[in-house]
Amino acid sequence: MGTVVFLLVALIAVGGALGLVLRRNPIHGALFLVVNLGSIAVLYLTLGAQFLAVAQVIIYAGAIMVLFVFAIMVLIPGKEETGPDPLRPVRLLALPFGALLLLEVLLFAVSRPAPPARPAAVAGGVQAIGRLLFTDYLFPFELTSVLLLAALVGVLALAKRTEVRGAAGGEPSRRIGEGAEAPVRGAAGGEPSRRIGEGAEAPVRGAAGGEPSRRIGEGANAPEPTRMKR
Amino acid sequence: MVPGSYYTGLSAVLFAIGAVGVLVRRDPLVIFMSIEVMLNAANLALVAFGAQFGNAEGQVLVFFVMTVAAAEVAVGLAIIVAIFRLRRRLSVDDLSAMRW
Repeated sequence: MGTVVFLLVALIAVGGALGLVLRRNPIHGALFLVVNLGSIAVLYLTLGAQFLAVAQVIIYAGAIMVLFVFAIMVLIPGKEETGPDPLRPVRLLALPFGALLLLEVLLFAVSRPAPPARPAAVAGGVQAIGRLLFTDYLFPFELTSVLLLAALVGVLALAKRTEVRGAAGGEPSRRIGEGAEAPVRGAAGGEPSRRIGEGAEAPVRGAAGGEPSRRIGEGANAPEPTRMKR
Repeated sequence: MVPGSYYTGLSAVLFAIGAVGVLVRRDPLVIFMSIEVMLNAANLALVAFGAQFGNAEGQVLVFFVMTVAAAEVAVGLAIIVAIFRLRRRLSVDDLSAMRW
């Protein structure tokens, strides 16, 4: 019975991993990975590691995969792998390499010397892990919080740097453009009449927005016409 | 009761699949997800060994691996998003330089 359950779940896990590697669409790959992680959580349960099974579902299938799916939604990748692959012969070398790795790891993992007499009950409940975490492994456990804080600060720095740089690049030109660039831009667009037309339009829109004075004041602003053009 | 070598064998298979995924795919996001598969294969082996020898220290180690994986994914995805903002492309073949 236990072996049947194991084989079934193992099949699902391998299928999920293969789906991740073989499917082109990254969002399909992410969903296959969720299947893989969930089946590994079931395997943790069969090994008596209840705490890890729950943590696996919450941390991996919950937090990490949501982050992945979110990044996929933001970036919309997938265009990278549509064209012909210039490095295809090099990439195909991965298959013999992977087979070799599989053989090696299998040899190491399966043909180890048999363990001593199997203990009856695995001390894998929440209580055992909690006791270990707060006694023997207290210092690494505290270091974990430092690691998470460092990751948090690092992510914020990474996410913010480009914004600051973009603002620094955009700020001066906008300030210059306020006075000098506006007519040039109008000429480049080849629509001098458009500026006049905008002036005529302004009161109408101002009336609609209920702020006529704001509209006129903005007429001198350079970024405004470009935004209108879009 | 399932022998422990079944679990380690499955772990080896998953690890190899993840390694091939890292080597074959061009999309950095998929490469990251393949790395997650490899980490999970190692976690499964750790839990299997812990169950084999009847102590919970393997599971404590898996707990730490999960924490490190979460931090790694957060930082890695931030780096990928930053690269995408600058380059507008994501293929790893274009990302041969560490500075831009």
